[in-house]
Amino acid sequence: MKTPPNDWRPSASMETLRLRAEMLAQIRAFFSAREVLEVETPLLAAASVTDLHLQALSCRYRGPGADGGRELFLQTSPEFAMKRLLAAGSGPIFQICKAVRDGEAGRRHNPEFTILEWYRPGWDHHRLMDEIDELLGEILGTRPGERLTYAEAFERYAAIDPHSASDEALRLRVEALGMDSTDGLRRDDLLDLILTHVIEPKLGHCQPTLIHDYPASQASLARVRPGDPSLADRFEVFAEGVELANGYHELVDPEEQRRRFEADLEARLHAGLREVPIDERLLAALEHGLPDCAGVALGLDRLLMLKAGTRDIADVLAFQTDRA
Amino acid sequence: MASYNLNQVKVGLKILVNGDPCVIVGCDFVKPGKGQTFTKVKYKSYKTQRVNEKTLKASDSFEGADVMEKEMQYLYTDGHTWTFMDQGTYEQVEADAAAIGDNRQWLKEEDLCLVTLLEGNPIVVTPPNFVFLEITDTDPGAKGDTSSGGNKPATLETGAVVRVPLFVQLGEKVKVDTRTGEYVSRA
Repeated sequence: MKTPPNDWRPSASMETLRLRAEMLAQIRAFFSAREVLEVETPLLAAASVTDLHLQALSCRYRGPGADGGRELFLQTSPEFAMKRLLAAGSGPIFQICKAVRDGEAGRRHNPEFTILEWYRPGWDHHRLMDEIDELLGEILGTRPGERLTYAEAFERYAAIDPHSASDEALRLRVEALGMDSTDGLRRDDLLDLILTHVIEPKLGHCQPTLIHDYPASQASLARVRPGDPSLADRFEVFAEGVELANGYHELVDPEEQRRRFEADLEARLHAGLREVPIDERLLAALEHGLPDCAGVALGLDRLLMLKAGTRDIADVLAFQTDRA
Repeated sequence: MASYNLNQVKVGLKILVNGDPCVIVGCDFVKPGKGQTFTKVKYKSYKTQRVNEKTLKASDSFEGADVMEKEMQYLYTDGHTWTFMDQGTYEQVEADAAAIGDNRQWLKEEDLCLVTLLEGNPIVVTPPNFVFLEITDTDPGAKGDTSSGGNKPATLETGAVVRVPLFVQLGEKVKVDTRTGEYVSRA
């Protein structure tokens, strides 16, 4: 006799789903008390990120206004639309939404996941890190996090200077981690491997760890402080060895933003990835004027994993994509 | 044999690592929010049973291994090769000394063994967990010894030497755990 399929059942327990609802209510109360406005922005948009390492899924809309069909991208984060709201004068805003990323599935990844993203006009990333400490204190009961620069984290946990070490030294270090071949890996890939394999598992065990002052080459959408080495005003938050959040003192210069988009497209071309349209509406908003601000995106499924004490994202999702 | 990209990698997949047939026993997707995707793969060698770990980048791949595990009956040896038969198809395969290794000492004709085949050729032979073998040589032992007393070496019909209690005598059959090489009981 055939056993009836069991994959209609939720992958999370009812208890964890109640914990999720409680967490969402706590977050909304947290921001409401601070007068940060909750917003919703589109999941489907005409453009997507250009980032070499983020692949958006797309679909085709057909209907009024688009008889021939129009490609729409499922957003990998609500960042661009939220920045357009900021440029339009929204003031401080937050959003809890689904984000979708192609090619990502594992114990800490599901192709669709929940993001908490918020922006603070007039703040820099250090002040925003203070607020993250307060939020994590409320949700996880943790003390304010330890703050390390990217260089300090590498020196303490990997005994290597990420800014001055030669590419060859980084390559040797990575080969010692069990990589057969480091061919085709760029310096930032080597640094990422050391971070994820050596450093990350050791971060955030008694209290969260916040790492800031990333190399300028990993600025993404953060502003860069010129110097030697030049550093990005970007930070990441780690708790119990899990990457939880990524934030910036946001880049507001439209010309610099366009240059980065174009550099990304060049890199995508080299990597054989599909070309994606540049978000001209975001650039127009930056032209109009994005207020000086700091912003951060935090993975809520991972936060719930920590709250529920599990290491597998499937345990906190009603239905992971495999059984969706 | 097919090659597998990292989206096809999963626990249980049989692969060749530097020519050594292995089975994947763990895999973990690693991706920093703003960085390249890597996959950490743990794999166990069929030959050594050792588990190793490897990190691969998205463009890497594995060569598949045509590995099959089959229950087969041990027939005989000519001292150089050991012959096994599939009881369903009567197909016979010959294992060499490298595939048999130390397990030759447990092989008794007609016993069922687990044979690991790479492209049809035996690479590992696993005897049953328990074998029942006759003692062909052992000291008679001192009189008055009891089952709680000491033990002595005994040679079994297959050539294996195990330690048995003093009361067990020549010509008796014993049950031995092949995983530990230890005497279990009289059979």
